[in-house]
Amino acid sequence: MLEAFLFYVFAILTLGGAILTVTRRSAVLSAVWLTVSLLGVAGIFLLQGAEFLFVSQIILYIGGITLLFLFVIMLVNLDAAANVRQFRRAWPLILLAGLGLAAELILLLSRGAMPRQAVPQSTSSVLSFNTEQIAGVLFSRYFAAFELASVLLLVAIVGSVWMGQERKSAALTAHERRTQS
Amino acid sequence: MHITPLHYLVLSALLFTTGVVGVLLRRNIVVILMSIELILNAVNINLVVFSHEHRQVDGQAFALFVMAVAVAEAAVALGILIALFRNRGTVLADELDLLKW
Repeated sequence: MLEAFLFYVFAILTLGGAILTVTRRSAVLSAVWLTVSLLGVAGIFLLQGAEFLFVSQIILYIGGITLLFLFVIMLVNLDAAANVRQFRRAWPLILLAGLGLAAELILLLSRGAMPRQAVPQSTSSVLSFNTEQIAGVLFSRYFAAFELASVLLLVAIVGSVWMGQERKSAALTAHERRTQS
Repeated sequence: MHITPLHYLVLSALLFTTGVVGVLLRRNIVVILMSIELILNAVNINLVVFSHEHRQVDGQAFALFVMAVAVAEAAVALGILIALFRNRGTVLADELDLLKW
């Protein structure tokens, strides 16, 4: 019973946060609701016995990515852009397509061969010592992918720093273009 | 009533749909990137649920890789966004139509 209660709490946090992220006009409010949604996902991870991913989710997403989003929102000064239209004109069509996609996915899932009975909650089985197990798999079977991920992160750091720095010529031409028009 | 893996999969499907609707609906590139994060989180829920279901930890390792790629994607995309705002002065996706004729 406790698991059902916690599942519905986290599901409401996740879906409500996601829907409010998509529908808020202000980008700062969207970032705040995104944080709520990611917290709900972290709770879902905890319910499924993935403690290491739970901690990673909180540190990486909530501590890292949403903070990055807030910094960028402040850097690009979205207050000027907040007065313009925030949603596309074809929004009824888009909502219809979203409803169709959701109905299709749920139909597909309900027809699938998933076991309908609850999984026995024996966390003392294979999935205990979660962090050690992930480390064991990560450093043996997926070692090449792990090293590639570190290379990817290095490239991402260099790329984002290079793109984020101000170059004199580009800034000058943008300024000229704005003054001419 | 018991919570089955189906519940988690339906939650993941709905989160995915919300992210897709957000990508299509919004004009602001920052919010489009947030919607992409929602989509990646839906994928992670699926991976973790099947990892729990099959009692194998491989799915969680894959979810970790998805997280790493998502972080790299967010950093690069926000760097591009800052350069874009500096050069074009806008963050609205449908005003960036230089390659469209």
